[in-house]
Amino acid sequence: MLHVGLTHFLIVSAILFSLGIYGIVTRKNAVMVLMGIELVLNSANINFIAFSKYGNFGLGGQVIALFVIVLAAAEAAIALAIVLNIYKTFSNVNVDEIDHLKE
Amino acid sequence: MIGFPILSLITFLPVLGMFLILFMKKEQPKSIKYLTLGITALQVILAVILLANYNYASGGIYEEKSFQFIEKFRWINISGISWIGNVKVDYFLGIDGLSMPMVLLTALISFIAAISSWTIEKSVKGYFALFLLLDAGMMGVFVSLDFFLFYIFWELMLLPMYFLIGIWGGPRKEYAAIKFFIYTLFGSVFILLVMIGLYFSATELMANGSRVHTFSLLALMNPANYSADGILSALNPNNLRLIAYIALFAGFAIKIPMFPFHTWLPDAHVEAPTPISVILAGVLLKMGTYGILRVSYPIFPDITRQLMWYIALFGMINIVYGALVALAQKDFKKLIAYSSISHMGYVLLGMASLTTIGLNGAIFQMFNHGTITAMLFLIVGVVYDRAHTRGLNDFGGLASQMPIYTGFVTVAFFAAIGLPSMSGFVSEVLVFIGAFGVSAIRVLTIISTLGILLGAGYMLWTLQRIFFGPLNEKWATLKDLDKREYAMFIPLTIIIIFLGVYPSGMLDIMNSSVNSLVNFVTNAL
Amino acid sequence: MSESLLINISIVILFLPLLGFTTVVFFGKRIPKLYLFEVAILGIALLLSIIVAYAKLSFYNTKDIVAAFTWITMGNAPSPGAINIELGFKIDNITVLMLFVVNLISFLVHVFSIEYMRGDKLYTRYFAYLGIFTFSMLGIVLTHNLLMMYIFWELVGLSSYLLIGFWFEKKSASDAAKKAFIVNRIGDIGMFVGILILFTQYKTFTFDVIYQQIAAGNIPFGSNAWLTAAGILIFMGAVGKSAQFPLHVWLPDAMEGPTPVSALIHAATMVAAGVYLVVRIFVMLTADAMLVIAVVGAFTSLVAATIALTQNDIKKVLAYSTVSQLGYMVMALGVGAYAFAFFHLVTHAFFKACLFLGSGSVIHSMHHEQDIRNMGGLKRKMPVTYYTFLISTLAISGIPLFSGFLSKDGILAGTLAFGKLTGHWFIPFIGFTVAGLTAFYMFRLVILTFHGEPRDQHKFDHAHESPFVMAAPLVVLAALSIFIWYTPNPIGAADGWVIKNWIKTPAQVVPNETRFDFMKPSTEEAKAEIHGEVTHSVEYTETMHWAHYPAMFLSLAVAGLGILFAFMFYQWEKLNADKLAEKIKPLYNFSLNKWFLDELYDMTAIAGTLSFSSILAWFDNKVVDGIVNGSATVIRFVSRMSGWFDTFVVDGFVNFTAFFSGFVGLSFRRLQTGKVQTYIVFVIFAIIILLMFFKPF
Repeated sequence: MLHVGLTHFLIVSAILFSLGIYGIVTRKNAVMVLMGIELVLNSANINFIAFSKYGNFGLGGQVIALFVIVLAAAEAAIALAIVLNIYKTFSNVNVDEIDHLKE
Repeated sequence: MIGFPILSLITFLPVLGMFLILFMKKEQPKSIKYLTLGITALQVILAVILLANYNYASGGIYEEKSFQFIEKFRWINISGISWIGNVKVDYFLGIDGLSMPMVLLTALISFIAAISSWTIEKSVKGYFALFLLLDAGMMGVFVSLDFFLFYIFWELMLLPMYFLIGIWGGPRKEYAAIKFFIYTLFGSVFILLVMIGLYFSATELMANGSRVHTFSLLALMNPANYSADGILSALNPNNLRLIAYIALFAGFAIKIPMFPFHTWLPDAHVEAPTPISVILAGVLLKMGTYGILRVSYPIFPDITRQLMWYIALFGMINIVYGALVALAQKDFKKLIAYSSISHMGYVLLGMASLTTIGLNGAIFQMFNHGTITAMLFLIVGVVYDRAHTRGLNDFGGLASQMPIYTGFVTVAFFAAIGLPSMSGFVSEVLVFIGAFGVSAIRVLTIISTLGILLGAGYMLWTLQRIFFGPLNEKWATLKDLDKREYAMFIPLTIIIIFLGVYPSGMLDIMNSSVNSLVNFVTNAL
Repeated sequence: MSESLLINISIVILFLPLLGFTTVVFFGKRIPKLYLFEVAILGIALLLSIIVAYAKLSFYNTKDIVAAFTWITMGNAPSPGAINIELGFKIDNITVLMLFVVNLISFLVHVFSIEYMRGDKLYTRYFAYLGIFTFSMLGIVLTHNLLMMYIFWELVGLSSYLLIGFWFEKKSASDAAKKAFIVNRIGDIGMFVGILILFTQYKTFTFDVIYQQIAAGNIPFGSNAWLTAAGILIFMGAVGKSAQFPLHVWLPDAMEGPTPVSALIHAATMVAAGVYLVVRIFVMLTADAMLVIAVVGAFTSLVAATIALTQNDIKKVLAYSTVSQLGYMVMALGVGAYAFAFFHLVTHAFFKACLFLGSGSVIHSMHHEQDIRNMGGLKRKMPVTYYTFLISTLAISGIPLFSGFLSKDGILAGTLAFGKLTGHWFIPFIGFTVAGLTAFYMFRLVILTFHGEPRDQHKFDHAHESPFVMAAPLVVLAALSIFIWYTPNPIGAADGWVIKNWIKTPAQVVPNETRFDFMKPSTEEAKAEIHGEVTHSVEYTETMHWAHYPAMFLSLAVAGLGILFAFMFYQWEKLNADKLAEKIKPLYNFSLNKWFLDELYDMTAIAGTLSFSSILAWFDNKVVDGIVNGSATVIRFVSRMSGWFDTFVVDGFVNFTAFFSGFVGLSFRRLQTGKVQTYIVFVIFAIIILLMFFKPF
């Protein structure tokens, strides 16, 4: 019987992370990019929790995961507010076209 | 002595006038002109006050205490800049018998030129502002006794001259102005070099016993002030005094102008407006010979004696060559310009004699050339204003159309020829007596007498071509002189004849100084 | 009359005409009558000069009166020594005689001109010019020094210029005026250099001081050659002013001026100034200088006489006759006949002025006809003019009873003695030849003008005798051409007061070895010489005595021969002048064309100077100025080159640097997309690369 161990968690986390990065880099919609960021954050959470379970770090990992969730919520709120503002200014949320940084 | 700084006043009065003009309205050309006239008239009055308080017995030249109306204070004083040491420049004014005639001449000619400027129509404000600046520069050259100050004034007068020719001049004004400017600047560079060389070669003893480098002309004349290692010190066996003298001389010679540096003069004269020609011939040319007498002679007496023959040679060339070239001219003004070169040759010849009588003649000739040539240029101006041509062959018979004008012309021409009873005669005779007395340059003097003959040749030929013969119908409408033109001619005529009959009036002013100059140059080491 | 009063009156005489001049010049336009003031002033001057002459000759006969003042002083001059330039007046017998001559002729010419010049556009101006001339001429006469002599010398040059060119609208007149002034200047240069030599040595211009110095053995630059040179150079001034060969060419042209002017300036007074100058410097002439002077004078008289033979213009004939007679005077001074030279100056002044005024009278009545070929028979119409003219002609021809005979005879005797004593026989030979020629051409003039039948009937019909103001001066001058004013003995001038009492030959001052033998005093005489009484050796006095009668007879013979030929040719027409002229055509043309001297000068000196001056002007414009402009061009070329270098090399490097950085920047700019996503990709890749590079695991 397949034993679920640390490696599996890490693999899931790595897949999530990659998906998140993929989403961040390839998505044009800012909201989708934010969702990618959520994925990356959650992959990090999985890693924290997995290491907390299998490692000998105590509960610190789980606490940090909770912090991250809170932070992610805050971040999502601010980021969505920014996206809304961007939308107001540029009438779209396509990150390719919002390249004023270049100038 | 006078209780106020009269030399500063006479020098900077025109600058004040210039600022006043700059604040005046462009639309009031009349009041600008009257202001300029007033300033120059005031200058004449100041010059007369100077003359009235002038001590005829005072020698000047190399002794500070025998200069008159001295104003001296520290102007630039920087101490201890690394190897340069202390920089000390004095504001040092004073006059002696060498400068007194030139101050009188400058005041007089500026006044006459101001009257003559009445016909200027184009941007009057700028013209008169520059005119007054020029006036200040000229006056400054003749009263300053510090080489640095002298040089500043020397350069100061270049700039207004450049614009006055370049803006208010004739058809080729840009060419003439640039030629004048660059040529003179070229000469100034030499003067500057020598000035700096002298500065580093000599020191002056201060009140506190220390010695500092100096630009004071009087200090530079004293051989005791030179250090043994200075490049222009006679004590230095490898000194460059000969080269420095030639460079300095060349710088001044351009202004005289001495052959072969003379070609800027005809162009400048032909293109310049009449009053500027008057100033150019009347005062500016004298700055060259004045510079030689004031700077080169007493600072380099040894070299002066050594090169005496060459100075006389160039004087001779100027006289004969200028006269011959004048003979071939077709343009009235160019002819006068070349005659001017010829007449300045007498100054050189007299200077080269290194005798009191020759030098007196030379300085007197400087003054007389100033008045006579000024009058000649005014004459050209009068006919050019009316006829708008200066070709000698375009006229004829003006004597019956403009008899009074012709009268003044005859006076001026015969004065230029050196007719007795006019001032030019006395100075030429003195120059010849002085130069003939020196055996080394006797032959050159004899050749120079040809100038008297050639002078009569071109002047009388001109008189004939313009004034005699049947009246050219084209000019039957020309008017004789008006009141303003009388005002220019009469003072000059009176001075020319007065000094011809009573030359001591001017010679006595310069005699003491000339004596001390001759003594100094012939006896110094 | 005291000495100071005498000299003061002389100074008043000098300045009276100047007063006239200034008054007329400044107010003549408003008050045209002012010319009468000028004439009156001359009348006063004449009266005063008669008084001065009388007083001087009677009371101070052997005394010179001098008054001087310092004009320019440089007393404290260190080198070449103290200098005081003095001006001053000296009155001796010669001065007072000249004062009288000048004032008299000037006055007569003024009077004559009142009528002659009437109606001229510049009538008053004319009198002003006469005034300035008289002033200058009197200055020459009265001066006691060389500088003042030179000053007034130039001033007479000016007045001569103004008067010759008086009708300036005529080109020929203004040409002649210019020529006169310039030719005179050539001589003046020589004179000036001569004066310079003397001044350099003696530090003074005063005649007497210079002569004392020379007498004391102080020679210019210690060499007799310089002394001779000084004499000859000063004489050059006389060559110009007294129209001596080769500078005589201006005088005939000067006839373009009004005829009274020719009488005053170009016959009687100004041209005699040269002779007067030589009289003044006579004592410092060495033998060499005197020989030069004698030769120049003799040659001049011959040249002018040969030219006068063929001229047809009445004034030209008189002009050449003047030149010839001036040559005579100069020659006389050269041979040492000092007193007769000056005597001839005086007599010549009167009869030549009379001849010129007579010709003026003729020209006036003939309506400005001057060609004698169109005259003839005027004797009937103008008796006064004719007889005065005839008297003067007899005088100039050297006929006894007339003044010219006295002076001319003395000169010829002097040349004869000179020939005998020095062996220079050609000088008396020329002297006598010229005497014959003079008689011939003068009578030719008289006959053609006054005798015979009128050749231009129309003009003859209008001819008339001149009015009183013109005739009176003629009579006065003709009267003065008679012997009685000068000597009681019509054939012996030496018995007269002029030679015996008034004109004394002064003692030579030059060193003995430079004198002619006959000018050396013998030992007993050396003492006397100090008192200025004896100048010639006994031998000379004896030779003069010997020469007296031969000279007289010979001169009478040649003059008679000349007059005879003149009558043969022109009165009785026994001989045909035209045929003769045809026969000796080259000689005739040579004379008619004045020895082609004008042409020669035009071709050589004038054309030479003018073309030389054009060459120099070209040189000045192209070469001297060319160098200036050329150096400007070179500098502009160099600056253009360096400008190019600056733009393309120096600045090119700078620009390249900038361009390169720009290029690099541009290339990297691509990476800067501004897209956060790209940056994230870079960050990730960078992290991966860093991890791979450092291999932390």
